Amino acid sequence: MRFVVPFVLTFAAAVATSAAPDDPAAIAIAGPQSPATLSAFGFFDGGAARPSVCLIPYELRTPLFSDYAAKQRFIYVPEGTQIGADADGKLIFPVGSALIKSFGYPAKSGELNVIETRVLLHQAQGWVALPYVWRADGKDADLRVGGTRVPVTFAHGGDELSVNYSVPNKNQCKQCHSAAGNIMPIGPVWQNMAFPRPADARAIVKGAPALARLQPYPKWDDSRTGSLDDRARQYLKVNCGHCHAPQGSASNSGLFLDGSATGAAAVGVGKRPVAAGRASGDLDFIIAPGQPDQSILIKRMESTDPGIAMPELGRSTVHEEGVELLRQWIAAMPSNTH
Amino acid sequence: MLALAKMRKQASIGYWAATPNPTCIYRSLRHVALMRIRELLIVGAAFCALVQPASAKTIAVSPGEGAQERLQEALIAAEPGDVVELAAGRFKLSDGLSLDVNKVTVKGQGGLETILDFSGQQGAGEGLLVTSDDVVLKDFAVENSKGDGIKSKGADRIVYHKLRVEWTGGPLATNGAYGIYPVESKDVLIDSVFVRGASDAGIYVGQSRNIVVRHSTAVENVAGIEIENSFDADVHDNIATRNTGGVLVFDLPNLPQMGGHNVRIFGNIIVNNMTPNFAPKGNIVANVSTGTGVMVMANRRVEIFDNVIGENGTTNIMIVGYRFPFQDPKYDPLPREVSIWDNQHSRAGWDPKFRGGAEIAAAMGGSFPAIFWDGAGGPEYTPVIQDDVPALSLGLKDVAADTAMAQPAPLARATSRPAGLPTIVLPEAMEAAVR
Repeated sequence: MRFVVPFVLTFAAAVATSAAPDDPAAIAIAGPQSPATLSAFGFFDGGAARPSVCLIPYELRTPLFSDYAAKQRFIYVPEGTQIGADADGKLIFPVGSALIKSFGYPAKSGELNVIETRVLLHQAQGWVALPYVWRADGKDADLRVGGTRVPVTFAHGGDELSVNYSVPNKNQCKQCHSAAGNIMPIGPVWQNMAFPRPADARAIVKGAPALARLQPYPKWDDSRTGSLDDRARQYLKVNCGHCHAPQGSASNSGLFLDGSATGAAAVGVGKRPVAAGRASGDLDFIIAPGQPDQSILIKRMESTDPGIAMPELGRSTVHEEGVELLRQWIAAMPSNTH
Repeated sequence: MLALAKMRKQASIGYWAATPNPTCIYRSLRHVALMRIRELLIVGAAFCALVQPASAKTIAVSPGEGAQERLQEALIAAEPGDVVELAAGRFKLSDGLSLDVNKVTVKGQGGLETILDFSGQQGAGEGLLVTSDDVVLKDFAVENSKGDGIKSKGADRIVYHKLRVEWTGGPLATNGAYGIYPVESKDVLIDSVFVRGASDAGIYVGQSRNIVVRHSTAVENVAGIEIENSFDADVHDNIATRNTGGVLVFDLPNLPQMGGHNVRIFGNIIVNNMTPNFAPKGNIVANVSTGTGVMVMANRRVEIFDNVIGENGTTNIMIVGYRFPFQDPKYDPLPREVSIWDNQHSRAGWDPKFRGGAEIAAAMGGSFPAIFWDGAGGPEYTPVIQDDVPALSLGLKDVAADTAMAQPAPLARATSRPAGLPTIVLPEAMEAAVR
C-alpha cells in the first residue's frame, strides 16, 4: 500500500483537477446507483465526528423534534456553484448538492454517539433521500433503504429515557420530504437557519443578497425571539407543516400547519377530525380554543401509540416541552374564536 | 492539528471563491480512485442493461427473521413492472410498510395464507401505505394494524383485489380507523376484499374520482363501505352486514375536495347492520345511528337501486344534511337529486337510534319507516323514491334543526325518475388485473 498510495494520489489529482464530475461526491450524488456506504461521498473523514471541511455546518432555530436526538446538519455544494434563494427565503441548491443530517445521542463521555446519517441528494432528475446507519466501530455507515430500529437509552431532564429509535426507510424519508409527490428539502429556510461559521452565512448572502433583509424566525423555546403565537406557529410549521400542507402527505386532512392556511379551521381551530379514527380520542375538535385538554392536536402529540401519535414518523417519545408550548398557546386562545 | 485548523479556516473563508478550493480537492482525493473503478462498474452495468433489456422480475419475500426490513427493502427495490411475491405464512412486522414505485404488483398466496401481522407495530399511521400509480395489491391479509390497514394516497389506478383486512378482536374502539383507504386518487378498483373491525369505515374511499367497489364484504365495522367527498362511484354487489351502518355516502366541509356527487349503490346486500356504534366520539361516523342500512349525507346525484336492504333497526335508507356548524363558503351541506328504486326491503326501523326517533316510531304504530329524509332545503330537495315501502320526511326546517323537532310527513311515491347515471368504466389494465 505504501507504494501504491502516491501513485493513486497522482492519478487521482490529475483526474480531479481536470473535470468537476470526477469529484467523488459528484459521482456518488449523481446516481443512478445509491452508494452502499456513506464513505463513498467523502463527506466524513472516517467517522461522524469528522465532517469534511467542504461541508457547511448549519443549525435550525426551531428544529423538528426526533425523540430528543441531537442533530448535526451540513450542506454540500459542488465546487464553483452557488446557493440561491427564493423570495420566501427557501434556499435553492444547484444540482449536485447534498444535505447531510446526522442523528445521535450523547454518550456518557459527552461525545455524540451518532446512529444514522441521512442524505438528500440533488440529482439532475430531482432529490433523492437515503438513510445510512453507522457501524458499531463508527468508521463508516451502511445504506439501509428498508430502515431499522435501534434501541437507545439517554439522559433527559434527570431521567433516563429509552426509545426504540426509528431509522426511516427510504419511502418514509419521502413521506415527510414530499411536495406534490416529489422529494424536497424541508429545513433550509434562511430565516430558520443559523451558521456556526459566520463566513458561510456571508457567502450565502453574497450569492442571494435579498436574504439579508429577511428577519429570523422565532426560536420555539426562547420567548425573547417571538410571541407565544409566533413561537407556537413556528413549532407547528417545523414539526407538522411538511405533511400538513396543501401539497404534503397529509393534504387530504385539510389541516394545514405550514403557514399557508387562511381560515381558522384550516389550522385546526374548531375543525372536526376527518380520518383520525380512534385518534380523535372522544374529542370533537382539532383545536378547542381555550381548552388544550379538549384538543385532539394535544392528545395526539401526547400519545406514543402508532395509531394515534402525531407526527406519525420519527417520534416514539413525547416532546414534553413542545406539548407545553402548544398547551399554553391553545389555553390563551379566546374560546369564542370559532 | 495546526495544519488541520488552518485548512478548516481556509475552507470556511475561501469556499465560495469561484476557483476550486484546494482543500476540498485534497479531501476528495481519498476516494477518487475507488470512484473511478465504481464508475467503470456502473458503465459496465449500464452496458449489460442495454444488451439485455431489463424485464419485469419477481422479488420473492418470505416470513421469518428480519421480515420487516426484507419486505420493506423489496418494496423499495422493486422497479416498474415487477411483482413482489409474498410467500404463505405470517409476516410479523414491527413498523408500517410503504410502496412508492409505479406499476408494482404486491401479491400473496391468498387472504388466509399470507398474513401481514401488525400486532407488534411500533410506528407509522397505517399497515401498508401506497403512494405510487398503477399498483395492484392482491391475495394477502393485513391484520391488527395500529392505525389504518392499507392506505393509498395520490395513487391513481390502484387495484385492491382479494385482500383481507381485519382486526381480529372484532369491533373495538381501539381498532384502527379504516381498513382499505384510498384517498386523493383517480381510478380506484376495490374487488373481492373482506374487511372486519374498522373503528371508522371498513372500505373508505375519500376525495377520489372514478371508483368501483364490488364483490366485497364488510363486517363488524362502524361503517361498512363509505364513499366520502368523492365523484363518480359505483358500489355494487357487495355485502355489508353487522356494521353500525352498511353503506355511507358522505360529504364533509373543510377538505380539499368537496361536492361529492354521482354515486350509484346497486345490487348490494345491506342487512342486519346492528353492531352498536363503537367509533370514538368526535369521528363523523360516531354520529351514525346503530341500525342504518344506507346513509346519504350532503351529496348530489346518488342512486340507490336493486339492493336487498333490511333488518336495520334505525332505517334502511336515510338521506340527511351535514348537521354541524361549519365555516366554509364552498361547502353545500344539503343532499340533493337522490333517487331510490327497485330495492327489496325487509324489516327496518324497530329501534331508531337518534334523538326523537322513538317518538316518531311510536306515533307511526311502533316502527320507523324504511326510508327517511330530514326534509332540509324544502320540497325541491325531495328525493325521488319508487320503492314500495313507507317513506317519511322529518320536515326539519333547516339542516341543523334538532331531530326532536321533526314534523314528519309521508313522502309520496314518485311516478318517474331522472335518467340514470352512466356505468363507471375503469382503464382496461385495471380490469385485466383482476381477471
